[in-house]
Amino acid sequence: MRPQYALGLCLPVALSTQAQPDKIAALEEAVKSAQSAGDNAWMLTSAALVLLMTGPGLALFYSGLVRKKNVLATMMQSFVLMALVTVLWALVGYSLAFGEGSPYLGDLRYLFLAGVESAPNGDYAATIPHQTYMVYQLMFAIITPALICGAFAERMKFSAMVIFSALWLLVVYCPMAHMVWGKGGLLNAFLGGKLPCFDFAGGTVVHITSGVSALVCALYMGKRNGYESEPMRPHSLVLSFIGACLLWVGWFGFNAGSAVAASSLATSAFVATHFAAATATLGWLAIEWLRTGKPSVLGGISGAVAGLVAITPASGFVKPFHAILIGLAAGILCYVMVAMVKSKMGYDDSLDAFGVHGVGGTLGAILTGVFATNAVNNGLKDAAGKPLPLGLVDGNGGQMINQLAGSAIAWLLAIVGTLVILKICDVLVGVRVSGEDETQGLDLSQHGEEGYNLEA
Amino acid sequence: MKKIEAIIQPFKLEEVKEAMKSIGVDGMTVTEVRGHGRQKGHKEVYRGREYQVDLLPKVKLELVVADGRVGEVIKALSGAARTGKIGDGKIFVSDVMEAIRIRNDDRGETAL
Repeated sequence: MRPQYALGLCLPVALSTQAQPDKIAALEEAVKSAQSAGDNAWMLTSAALVLLMTGPGLALFYSGLVRKKNVLATMMQSFVLMALVTVLWALVGYSLAFGEGSPYLGDLRYLFLAGVESAPNGDYAATIPHQTYMVYQLMFAIITPALICGAFAERMKFSAMVIFSALWLLVVYCPMAHMVWGKGGLLNAFLGGKLPCFDFAGGTVVHITSGVSALVCALYMGKRNGYESEPMRPHSLVLSFIGACLLWVGWFGFNAGSAVAASSLATSAFVATHFAAATATLGWLAIEWLRTGKPSVLGGISGAVAGLVAITPASGFVKPFHAILIGLAAGILCYVMVAMVKSKMGYDDSLDAFGVHGVGGTLGAILTGVFATNAVNNGLKDAAGKPLPLGLVDGNGGQMINQLAGSAIAWLLAIVGTLVILKICDVLVGVRVSGEDETQGLDLSQHGEEGYNLEA
Repeated sequence: MKKIEAIIQPFKLEEVKEAMKSIGVDGMTVTEVRGHGRQKGHKEVYRGREYQVDLLPKVKLELVVADGRVGEVIKALSGAARTGKIGDGKIFVSDVMEAIRIRNDDRGETAL
């Protein structure tokens, strides 16, 4: 809205002085450049905020939950991905995700970032440099494989984890990102997808893929030695607490940044994000308090993350009070999955990457189909320029089918892709550390260091 | 000479130190330990998973005193460490054959 408004103010002045057309053009140029400056400032900030979610956010959140002999190894998994994914993204990842290509995968037009420079890409982000968009998307590609690390914590070889993550990025993440956000992607609601699916900031692309892959990893790798017979208490909820707070803050870049502009839509996504985190926190705490008699800090921060996950696909489509409902539902459902269902199923998803991201992401994807409304997001218009109805609340119940289909595709791709990649890693280097190394801890056995040398 | 080993609640350490100082016991060695007697541990719950924590943090004091002072020291020590609740700890007394001051080779009670 802002450019037209600004132009409206400028035009009468320009016309009254008998301006030449080139003067008007110069004004238009100035307005465009002002908008670009505003949008670019917000998008670069958002990119930095999303990186903050991985390191230190997720690194602290996860490493506090493991035993102290694995604290560094767990941090290292997040940190090495900040470097590894960056290089892969520059080489080929960005192109596979955002090149036009087929409905399923991008082509190689942006190989080695060819042509990704300061000129905007009109399809993805018309007001910011293409490079800003590329680096913003990179931060999503970094955190997604890092989320999976919660499932195989305390028992995966570092070498296997590096190979796994590199392959997973190319085989699972890039195709899914292309389908949902790439031009011509199968599920892209705004750029010509055949099966339009609403995913504002990565409910399917980030959370379902990582969460479901996490479940596959936990099942494939088996339980940690001593699971259920030895105590495996979190070694520092203080670290986890700080990590979770950083995640909450960073998530504003994740969701509000997904408006790809410093716009009112970004504000709306910001508000929805915050509201959902708040009610999910309260929801998890309430059910825990009722069930165990005590509201725990770990419960509060887990609830917040669950709410942030669930609101991710919905954040740019729903009204604040619907965000409150989505958060509440996520806080309660994820508690039930993590605290009640997991123990019955018996798999060792060590840090609950599936219970929070897989379950919260799927819930969010479905509820986006319920609550998405063109009162918040009028990006889809019919031929006459009238905004199209989005979700069930707009009277478009059929969208639920698309949301389910989009989620199912994400589940399927994650299951098949992860199984194949795990098998490859197992053949190449073996995915699991030896029993001896596991007992000693990954810090010493994989990295030759210890996190806490308090007597040093 | 007798060695007095006392395992006490960590939060009682300051009071016990004060009590020892007030009766003129100058030296002690303190170790942070974990253990349990008849006191039950406690339950911790993390994301619905319960852990029974049996070994609780305690503080162990070791002092060596002249034979004639044992009764007085134990009275002051147990008085300062007592809350009256389960978990207050225990005191063990044993004989000590020799004491040697490393600095100057003093022996016996003069080394204490």
